[in-house]
Amino acid sequence: MKKRSALISIVTLLIMSLVFTACGSPSGSKTETQQLGANAGENATVLSFWTFADLHGKHLDKMLGLWNQQNPDKQIKLNVTVMPYDDMHNKLLLAVTSGKGAPDIADIELGQFPKFLEGDNVPLESLNDVFAPYKDVVVPSRVEIYSKADQVYGFDYHVGATLAFYNTEILEQAGVDYKTIKTWEDYKQAGIKVYEKTGKYLGTADTSASWQASLLLAQQNADFTDENGNPKVNSPEMIKAYEMLVDLQKNNVIHTIPGGQPDTEEAKGEYNKGNYASALMPEWYMSRFVNEMKDLKGKYAIAPLPVFEEGNPRSVGLGGTGTVVTKNGKDVQLAKEFVAFAKLSKEATTEIWNTLGFDPINMEVWKDDAVTKNPENEYVQYFKTNAFDTLNEIKDEIRAIKSVKASPTIGNIFNTVTLNAIFEDGQDVKEALDEAQAAIEQELK
Amino acid sequence: MIKKFVYSQKVAPYVFVLPFILIFLVFWFFPLVNSFVMSFQDRMLGQDPKWIGGANYSKLLTDKVFLTSIKNSIVYMLGTLVLLIPFPMLFAVMINSKLMMGREFFKSSFFLPALTSVAVAGTIFRLTFGEMEGSLMNSFLGLFGVEPIKFLKDGNWSMAALLILACWRWTGVNMLYYLSGLKSIDNEYYEAASIDGASAWQKFRTITMPLLKPTTVYVTTISVYAGLAMFTESLMMFNGNKSPQNIGLTIVGYLYRQGIEQNKLGYAAAVGIVLLVIAMVINLTQLKFSGMFKKEED
Repeated sequence: MKKRSALISIVTLLIMSLVFTACGSPSGSKTETQQLGANAGENATVLSFWTFADLHGKHLDKMLGLWNQQNPDKQIKLNVTVMPYDDMHNKLLLAVTSGKGAPDIADIELGQFPKFLEGDNVPLESLNDVFAPYKDVVVPSRVEIYSKADQVYGFDYHVGATLAFYNTEILEQAGVDYKTIKTWEDYKQAGIKVYEKTGKYLGTADTSASWQASLLLAQQNADFTDENGNPKVNSPEMIKAYEMLVDLQKNNVIHTIPGGQPDTEEAKGEYNKGNYASALMPEWYMSRFVNEMKDLKGKYAIAPLPVFEEGNPRSVGLGGTGTVVTKNGKDVQLAKEFVAFAKLSKEATTEIWNTLGFDPINMEVWKDDAVTKNPENEYVQYFKTNAFDTLNEIKDEIRAIKSVKASPTIGNIFNTVTLNAIFEDGQDVKEALDEAQAAIEQELK
Repeated sequence: MIKKFVYSQKVAPYVFVLPFILIFLVFWFFPLVNSFVMSFQDRMLGQDPKWIGGANYSKLLTDKVFLTSIKNSIVYMLGTLVLLIPFPMLFAVMINSKLMMGREFFKSSFFLPALTSVAVAGTIFRLTFGEMEGSLMNSFLGLFGVEPIKFLKDGNWSMAALLILACWRWTGVNMLYYLSGLKSIDNEYYEAASIDGASAWQKFRTITMPLLKPTTVYVTTISVYAGLAMFTESLMMFNGNKSPQNIGLTIVGYLYRQGIEQNKLGYAAAVGIVLLVIAMVINLTQLKFSGMFKKEED
């Protein structure tokens, strides 16, 4: 009898452990590899590509199809591996710096890029030669952020111009017209009305990303670092920015959001439920609406950001991903040519808009109504207004925030400590920023 | 000649311990010496190392984030000692009792969580302790009219969540250690005590507890090490090595942040050496006070 019950328990145990193992790793930390380039011939060169965004792989798949058609003698098959953000950057940094196991091509997010450019031996290939033909048609600031000493190391997918996305359904319930929001004061008054009438918040107080700091600094022509790249996060401009945000929080205009910032799973759930009525995010956030917030189709309008005073620049390029070619690849020159084609050519930038919904860095496309206003395009269909109407209106006002050696440290301290101290624990803004400055200086010592 | 050598009684012991010695040298001693050397260097992968003397250590002394990580690790370690020694001992005694029904069932259900991957368990706990109204804990508390709590943004709550996860995973394992300890206690002691009219509590206090001491010392030693070395649970619980205000940052998490995320291998090595020193000091003190270094009396 005793033996039997022991047997039953062991069997139960085995079955349960199998069930748990079958659950596998959580979806957030999935690593997947698949081969792209189905139309390539047998002699095609097989290259590998690491990315942290599934969508980027989809874009390269389309570009690979075109490349293989146009270059029958230089066909490529691409092994794409999608890894979670932190994992991918950590593995890539180890691989390129140790010279072992790196892919031929990789995506590096802007905030992580300076780590790869440190020291004298940059482990990435210079892309200057393949960049030359496109020099005059791309936004210069979006190339400079991936450069060091006149060498370009990465090509971005987008400008990332920051825009205001308004949920017109909620605003109408509160009797607010988003077109009248020009300044932060207007935004505040609108938010107060929205909270009173609907109990919802107009915007977010971000605790795990510094998009808000970036756009408020850019509007004041300021930055996180001085001209020598030294951190200055307790500047008067930064204090002004966060004091304004805290004032908005106190008036229930903005509120912290689960996940800490709009571009997280939890936050998108909150947007889907209609608990927040606006997102002040880079243009690439449109792809999140279309792909992950389908319930909101037809409700959102796009407008320029509010500013402190009219005449301030109304946008800043935020975020970004530089596609790089690593030094130890199989066929470095082929990889470089393909990356330039896939990121900078007219065909590429058209596809970047069609597939990813991004504002491409090759500005020829911005003026091409046939592409940007194509009624078949899902990004055109989703929003009440056309993104490029706003983008073309503000195109000369898009500032840049520098990405330098200190940037990853600043980002880390801001997004873990400082923003939580300000918005969750109510610490005094100046005090929190002084502490952040001290912590950043200590870490960079 | 060879035969003589192989059959030699003097040589044989050395041959038998050789695999252990080799593994010890290659995977323990060499990395340890290497880390020690690295902790005196400014070292990044891909760049030439520079000797900087004790600069990494003096920087560590004033590094507030490092001090936070030490505090978190020690609080967690103490929490696991308080929760994961007495309770598993008690459960083991209960399960070992003849009066207990369905012991095999309890044994396997307590042990089951240890088989679950930390990644899965951490993710499930992250969702359970989510700050949204609909997350498991908050919807449960909602039944009693409690407002949603931001568990993973508050130092105390998140430590509690980490400890609950630790208890969930390790209670069964420690219980098994104690069960094997209980099996080695001779039943005659209990019979003699019963004849003398000892109560259940008296038997537990004067027979079970003292005779379980070697097990307790072992469990304490591994718990001290496991508590101080905790990393993956925190990584999964906070969805990355970036907990708000570093409330979930452990010493190993800080080592990972410096060494792997920031590529500052020298500084990370210094963090590792400090961790080793802390773990050694705590464990050696504990072993000394529990009398483990004394020769066993006849």
